[in-house]
Amino acid sequence: MFVRLSAAIAALSILGSAALAQGAKPTDPQIAHIAYTAGVIDIAAAKQAIEKAGNKDVKAFAQDMVRDHEAVNKQALDLVKKLNVTPEDNDTSKALSKQATEKLAELAKLKGAEYDKAYLANEVAYHKAVNGALETQLIPSASNAELKSLLQTGLKIFQGHQQHAEQVAAKLK
Amino acid sequence: MRPGRYRLAMAALLFSMMAVPAQAATIQIATTDLVFAPAEVSAKVGDTIEWINTDVFVHTATARNGDFDVNMPPKKTVTSVLTKAGTVEYYCRYHPNMKAVLTITP
Ligand SMILES: [Cu+2]
Repeated sequence: MFVRLSAAIAALSILGSAALAQGAKPTDPQIAHIAYTAGVIDIAAAKQAIEKAGNKDVKAFAQDMVRDHEAVNKQALDLVKKLNVTPEDNDTSKALSKQATEKLAELAKLKGAEYDKAYLANEVAYHKAVNGALETQLIPSASNAELKSLLQTGLKIFQGHQQHAEQVAAKLK
Repeated sequence: MRPGRYRLAMAALLFSMMAVPAQAATIQIATTDLVFAPAEVSAKVGDTIEWINTDVFVHTATARNGDFDVNMPPKKTVTSVLTKAGTVEYYCRYHPNMKAVLTITP
């Protein structure tokens, strides 16, 4: 519980403070970069889980994450290409990546059931944090209608994954 | 009425009952942007559901009571025939925030 909560707070504060640091709402190229990065992070975590997870439901969940986030990110790439937008790296993306790398290293040290539990707890917290950022920041800031609509689909996917992760986690106990 | 005639009439009646079965319908339910539409559908046992997935994601239509579990590959249409009556709540196993209801009458 503590791990889950602290991870959620850390991720949220990163998203929040990075935006505050910029002093302005993110631009579409930045939003596209943040959303894409959020997907890449979850794919990396899932790939680690496919290797490490002991429980078959946890492994299957990780495979679902790879499949869905690759599909969303492919749509995102197709869209930026179509709109002729180049995703722009930014403080929020950087902070997210840095935090994710640390989390991956932390999870790498765990084994078996302990790993499974920690991975799922982080998945719940991470998806919750991204949902919050999408709802309060990224979606309202997006100016292109197609980008906004893709982010809205992304939000539904992330909300679905959060619930799915919660269900798999509940079955582990 | 003579027994023979009676039997003939009965046979005709039975035959007519068999020859006019309840019309089985085909009903479409789509998943678009992680939403089942229409969210509430009424159907009859024997009807076919055409599950149209317009998303790039895999979904499932999974009955909470276990009556059916349909896998819906991305950008594909799959069909299933309703075999049991009941009010069935169903959802997507991959995205449990996707929920809908099928009311199946006998
Ligand atoms: Cu789904």
